[in-house]
Amino acid sequence: MKSFTYERATSPAEAAAKAAKTPGARFIAGGTNLLDLMKLEIETPPHLIDVNGLGLDKIEATDDGGLRIGALVRNTDLAADDRVRRDYGVLSRALLAGASGQLRNKATTAGNLLQRTRCPYFYDTAQACNKRAPGSGCSAIGGFSRQHAVVGASTACIATHPSDMAVAMRVLDAQVETVKPDGKTRRIKIADFHKLPGTTPHIETALQTGEFITAVTLPKPIGGSHVYHKIRDRASYAFALVSVAAVIQPDGTGRVALGGVAHKPWRVEKAETDLPKGAKAVMAKLMADATPTPENEFKITLVERTLSAALMDARA
Amino acid sequence: MASPIDISPNRRDLLITAGAAAALSSAATATTAQTADLSQPVISKISFSVNGADQALELDLRTTLLDALREHLHLTGTKKGCDHGQCGACTVMVNGKRINSCLSLAVMHDGDEITTIEGLGTPDKLHPMQAAFIKHDGYQCGYCTPGQICSAVAVLEEIKAGIPSHVSDDLTATPQVSAHEMRERMSGNICRCGAYSNIIDAMSEVAGATA
Amino acid sequence: MKFDTPATTNPIDQLKVVGKPTDRIDGPLKTTGMAPYAYEQHEAAPNAAYGYVVGATIAKGTIAALDLSKAESAPGVITIVTADTAGKLDKGNFNTAKLLGGPEIEHYHQAIALVVAETLEQARSAAGLIKVRYTKAKGAHDLEAIRTTATRHKDSKDSLVGDFAGAFSAAPVQLDVTYRTPDHAHAMMEPHASIASWEDDQLTLWTANQMIDWGRGDVAKTLGIPKDNVRLISPYIGGGFGGKLFVRADAILAALGSRQAKRPVKVALPRSFMFNNTPHRPATIQRIRIGASKDGKISAIGHENWSGDLAGGGPEDATQQTKFLYAGANRLITTRLAVLDLPEGNAMRAPGEAPGLMALEIAIDEMAEKLGLDPIKFRVINDTQVDPENPARPFSQRQLIKCLHTGADNFGWDKRGAPGKTRDGRWLTGMGVAAAFRNNLTMKSAARVKLDNKGVVTVETDMTDIGTGTYTIIAQTAAEMMGVGLDKVVVKLGDSSFPVSAGSGGQWGANSSTAGVYAACVKLREMIAKSQKFDPAKTTFADGKVTSGRKSIDLGKAAGASGMVAEDFIEFGDLGKTHQQSTFGAHFVEVGVNEVTAEIRIRRMLAVCAAGRILNPKSARSQVIGAMTMGAGAALMEDLVIDKRHGFFVNHDLAGYEVPVHADIPHQEVIFLDETDPMSSPMKAKGVGELGICGVGAAIANAVYNATAVRVRHYPITLDKLLKDMPQIA
Repeated sequence: MKSFTYERATSPAEAAAKAAKTPGARFIAGGTNLLDLMKLEIETPPHLIDVNGLGLDKIEATDDGGLRIGALVRNTDLAADDRVRRDYGVLSRALLAGASGQLRNKATTAGNLLQRTRCPYFYDTAQACNKRAPGSGCSAIGGFSRQHAVVGASTACIATHPSDMAVAMRVLDAQVETVKPDGKTRRIKIADFHKLPGTTPHIETALQTGEFITAVTLPKPIGGSHVYHKIRDRASYAFALVSVAAVIQPDGTGRVALGGVAHKPWRVEKAETDLPKGAKAVMAKLMADATPTPENEFKITLVERTLSAALMDARA
Repeated sequence: MASPIDISPNRRDLLITAGAAAALSSAATATTAQTADLSQPVISKISFSVNGADQALELDLRTTLLDALREHLHLTGTKKGCDHGQCGACTVMVNGKRINSCLSLAVMHDGDEITTIEGLGTPDKLHPMQAAFIKHDGYQCGYCTPGQICSAVAVLEEIKAGIPSHVSDDLTATPQVSAHEMRERMSGNICRCGAYSNIIDAMSEVAGATA
Repeated sequence: MKFDTPATTNPIDQLKVVGKPTDRIDGPLKTTGMAPYAYEQHEAAPNAAYGYVVGATIAKGTIAALDLSKAESAPGVITIVTADTAGKLDKGNFNTAKLLGGPEIEHYHQAIALVVAETLEQARSAAGLIKVRYTKAKGAHDLEAIRTTATRHKDSKDSLVGDFAGAFSAAPVQLDVTYRTPDHAHAMMEPHASIASWEDDQLTLWTANQMIDWGRGDVAKTLGIPKDNVRLISPYIGGGFGGKLFVRADAILAALGSRQAKRPVKVALPRSFMFNNTPHRPATIQRIRIGASKDGKISAIGHENWSGDLAGGGPEDATQQTKFLYAGANRLITTRLAVLDLPEGNAMRAPGEAPGLMALEIAIDEMAEKLGLDPIKFRVINDTQVDPENPARPFSQRQLIKCLHTGADNFGWDKRGAPGKTRDGRWLTGMGVAAAFRNNLTMKSAARVKLDNKGVVTVETDMTDIGTGTYTIIAQTAAEMMGVGLDKVVVKLGDSSFPVSAGSGGQWGANSSTAGVYAACVKLREMIAKSQKFDPAKTTFADGKVTSGRKSIDLGKAAGASGMVAEDFIEFGDLGKTHQQSTFGAHFVEVGVNEVTAEIRIRRMLAVCAAGRILNPKSARSQVIGAMTMGAGAALMEDLVIDKRHGFFVNHDLAGYEVPVHADIPHQEVIFLDETDPMSSPMKAKGVGELGICGVGAAIANAVYNATAVRVRHYPITLDKLLKDMPQIA
């Protein structure tokens, strides 16, 4: 871990401004991913801005009947919130399917969104990785790729986004609220927040330099049956091979997003019109242009079957 | 057939320019420019309470809570198994909540109340969970054990506090103590010796006694 | 004491203490965090500097240039150890690759430097400043690709009995299948760790090591110093499973670092470094052929095994159990070793038998199905009470059939349905069975027993407790022998200044080390009896008193003011040659497989074991359930994945190399059959720590088959291997 300087921010806008002033600075909240990466020198920030004391740990009702989740709300608290459990069950389920109790107690809403990939080649600093060292190549292509992306990947990167929470937020049409170094705020649709790798896999989100997440907002509840199915080799404490977040209405219509298959939470809205016809019907559009490797082509089948299980559960 | 290649053990030169979006910030244009002198460790004063006793330390900012406990306070009951949040051996309670102390900087715990295994009980005055682990042989090599016990104590509290889990059938119902619930909630604590079945027996006994 | 005739009645048979389920005597320390492990010697080795290891990032080649300049001038750095500064180093007898590489590199993450600094943070940071330029050499990283180049290792013996080829081709029912097991990591929770301290030319190493005397010898050999100048201390060990049988880089680098820094140095291997730096269980390819008559009698059994290792390494002999487990007049059993440029392969819990039974016991299941026989019945038909290769040689004890039948009764085996036909909602359920087998090994083991004037018995031996419960069974043994309660026994382990023990490995530790304590206690009893002018043969030790006829005296008084000390060892004669000594068991498993997603979850597990006298049923049961858990990992998830282009294990952390978590493991049941084995030792015990992992993987595989009717022969059995054959969904 490289040496760094450290300060505690006093307001979101100040935090953003400070971050812009020190190139390479990082905000630290839970730290559960950042410190992991700093120990391996995958992240080498010269400056850390501790944002824990900014009072962004509240969940509040919004004027339009939705919820505003502070960036610093811990995963445990978000999952356990009565309103989330009642009205946004898919989010609670997704959070509870992720990590461990200890990690959820520390990890924050914004930090979860900003998790970096768990690709083993990204994590091994001796291996080529365009995400960690742009231009060095992608060792995962042609290497061990069982966990990797099957849709939306590029020839530069086949990493997946590891978050469960973000998949549920994608299905809920969440928005990310930020403040920029100049003090201006904006809202970014979750659909636009995470990027596909393309030729710049090191650029993972729509955030600009210094831009600081203050909250995630959820629109008013959409009802329906909320399901989150996470498939992994062991029964807990593992990243998804495939996950399916679904909200299904009594008439069979609904929404679905996938985790573990792409560089971002994967949702294809036009595929959803076929949901009433069942999982198979959705697949063509949902997984169009899939480019699996021999090691992960099973994910295509697994998506269909997991979605099928999710639909069965939603209708049960 | 040999080919010369040039790789530093951790590609430091490349890392600095990686500048990916991470942590809470996007700093996509990050470069090597630095404003502070980082050629020497940055030292910070930290004070917190551990097992009820106030502690004041001067630490390299990079020191994790885990290393502060083990290497500076010599409280070695909290274990380092992986140092990356992948095993749970370092589990402690901070302000009553269990966390992985390896993934937390000591400096971020100024003013916090920390409870480690040493604070739960002693050989002469065991915590009920420690006694139950002995009775049910819920450990073998003992290395993951402090973390298991801290988690076990916290898990029963979390259930009592109504926090749901991945295996709770009804999200909106009050979670119950069951082997199924405890197994899921304890899954962040790996025991390679494989004492899981006995750990759940130990927890069940304590939960029954305190229910 | 030489053990060369079968044991007769002895004080252990009283079973006042031995054989009772006993809480571990080290429990209060372990559960309160007060048991100090190798890296936690702040009092014994104060002011230690911190060492951080740098590993090679190629699989094979040489270091062309090593630039330490930035690291050397980094804050807090005291010294840096490399092959250049270390001077001439030999290689330990138990190591295949060098523990400090350079200029030659033999495997990925082979240590090439140790940075020693004032703090961990400084050492770690400076390690990142070392620049290395390599000249990479081409290597072989794929066992499958070089399988045909494999040869017979000098220590491997082919078992060729009768006419296998003829008998197999003539057999009315034949099975010819190939199984694959991947490389496995020990992944013990305590990383390899050591603290080294020199006083003049005397080295003290607090180190996590299962085999103190082997380690002491290899430290001395590697460093080129007399063995007498080395002291190893290892009172608590955070798991080993074979991974800490041998001296590793942490110990040697700590010693070298301490010599250069002139103060104690502590080194722990970072977790992400362990998977490629330290040994692993090698992958195997196993072809099994069984020929049988229609009524299920095996006439031909063939087991050919291939594994790979670095040049100079050894095979993973997955055929060991096949030599003994089933009858059959015609036999072809061979093991072959290829040279692979991967990290070093070596022993992991039940080397040989663990992967061997993962294959053989599926084959038995497959053959039983072909024959239309219940797999338990098929095993019973082919049971043998003698060594099939040498029928003049009986087993000392063999209760395999009873294990199977007891397990079947307790598990409800009769409720097993046809493959793919039993369901519980969306879950297809199935049961599987497999035999467990592990040879009983014995090792010379010494102990010193002291009796003080308060009647306290102190046992000293360099034996280790790696979670096995050694502290407790040694205390039970001494208590039984000396007629005192456990509260009057002190056990000191894991210090090379104590008499040399069997050490912890090959499930020989419990039987051998307690037998060594037994021998020392016999000697002490004689000394005490003689001191009172009692006839040793007529003297009894009970309730803290030594008694002969009507004379009785408190032990403490008998010890005299300065106490008494006795030291002896047990060594083993030919009983292991005249009698085949093995441990047996039967594993029963029920699984559920989600018919939609193919997720596999274990629902029930039962092991029935026959392994001689069970010294402490509580800790022995824990050994078995722990091994069952590790076997579940091997069956369902564990897989060190090789990057065949670059020659290293890719998933080198505990997120990537998945081992079972709480949620994977149901309540586990263990039944020990009543057994004593007088051929094994005066304790009449054998081992169970490895027996528990033997066969359990196949029982899980067979249960998955019974649930789904899909046979997977390539471990781990992950859902992707089932998916394409799962039932169609709506």
